[in-house]
Amino acid sequence: MPARKSATASDSQPLIGVVALQGAAAEHVAAFRRAGARAVEVRVPADLDGVDAVALPGGESTTMSHLLRTSGLFDALSERLAGGMPAFGTCAGMILLAVDVLDGRPDQRCFGAIDISVRRNAFGRQVASFEAELTADGLDEPFKAVFIRAPWVERAGDSVEVLAEITPASNSSTDGVPSSVPVLCRSGPILVSSFHPELTADDRIHQIFLDMVGASMAR
Amino acid sequence: MNSGDGASHLVGTVRVKRGLADMLRGGVIMDVVTPEQAKIAEDAGAVAVMALERVPADIRRDGGVARMSDPAMIEGIQAAVTIPVMAKARIGHFGEAQVLESLDVDYIDESEVLTPADEAHHIDKWAFTVPFVCGATNLGEALRRISEGACMIRSKGEAGTGNIVEAVRHLRSITGDIRKITQADAAELFDWAKQLQSPLGLVQEIAETGRLPVPLFCAGGIATPADASLVMQLGAEAVFVGSGIFKSEDPGPRAEAIVEATTHYRDPSVVAKVSRGLGSAMPGLEMEGLDTKLAERGW
Repeated sequence: MPARKSATASDSQPLIGVVALQGAAAEHVAAFRRAGARAVEVRVPADLDGVDAVALPGGESTTMSHLLRTSGLFDALSERLAGGMPAFGTCAGMILLAVDVLDGRPDQRCFGAIDISVRRNAFGRQVASFEAELTADGLDEPFKAVFIRAPWVERAGDSVEVLAEITPASNSSTDGVPSSVPVLCRSGPILVSSFHPELTADDRIHQIFLDMVGASMAR
Repeated sequence: MNSGDGASHLVGTVRVKRGLADMLRGGVIMDVVTPEQAKIAEDAGAVAVMALERVPADIRRDGGVARMSDPAMIEGIQAAVTIPVMAKARIGHFGEAQVLESLDVDYIDESEVLTPADEAHHIDKWAFTVPFVCGATNLGEALRRISEGACMIRSKGEAGTGNIVEAVRHLRSITGDIRKITQADAAELFDWAKQLQSPLGLVQEIAETGRLPVPLFCAGGIATPADASLVMQLGAEAVFVGSGIFKSEDPGPRAEAIVEATTHYRDPSVVAKVSRGLGSAMPGLEMEGLDTKLAERGW
């Protein structure tokens, strides 16, 4: 029997559940598979069975928040996150993992998995969406980061490690624009980014997360 | 740790424009005519709203020339919600598009629902920072719009009818031809480009990837949760609902139900659950009875 080429992930590799209620879930699934992990889409609580870690993709956080509630996934995910399951949130996913949201909707619920306060659409509307070369701790070369109606981290708690910051353009929507804002943060098993690593072919940020998942599973 | 430099931000790139379309996938974009309707849409889980003065069913009923909406009305809706706000410009009317861009709308729909301003030329969409969505009835039309810079395509359907038949025809035409192109050999792709009256490079890209280079959404005639499930299963990546929500008996619950059905479109038990007790859908129209077919506008 010919040996199977191990381009596809084997069962020993972590299974990442990508929350696919709305938004760019397919890109995360593809990125994780390129980076050597297994990945499945998660729409209902039963989809979390066997999942080692989750990714919350970009999309509209108000819509996802609504669908998390109606699907029953909010409580199921809260329980798993409280149990220490690693999670990676990009853009809307970062908002959902935060402790609190500025400029959000009053009924918007978050998981509070990482001690940050996030401002929604902080860089402005779509005409202000941008790409920029980002230097990040743990990466040798700059990362081409895509920011779409992106949030930024307005407050990061003591437990939070800021891996990358960016200088907002001067025409950003908020008065008193800060000189730089965190856009890639880590705390324990949680990784969040303001930008969309899933929209570029560069999988290094996904690899950082998979290393965190590996460390968490080894414990 | 280093900081990126604010001066080196690149805006209006193809990746940034298509990126917002990617973020709207799996969602529902709802037509709204007042800030109150926009709030109902956001509460129901809409991913974006289309701000306009009249929904297509009313434009169809009223007749006359339909134009871009009053900027004050669009600004009122922008102030009412936190989700993206889109607005419509007439086909070829780059003057209206410039006004909409200056209002910071998040997407411009160069739309056949409004009366066309130019009978030969669509807007040069590459000239804008704001991204555009355009309608298409077939793959050739979709690729011509993409070559002009559209970053999202929606199948046109027949707006304002509450009748899904044209949306299904257009979606099947687009996805069917994409499937055929993936089976074509290199020589046949030249003929496909000729038949579709589309750039060869885009046809070759489809042959390689098996999909449009930009997200494909569906519009025109969606009135029920099952309609949303149908078009998602036929290959749409998100849905636009125009008259279907606010011309129905009870808009809030219907909007929420269509959002649920779009997410869980593969699960008929969810579609059944959310379809219960929604009241009447919008009144529908048969294609044979129409004086004007909006989908025929655009070239």
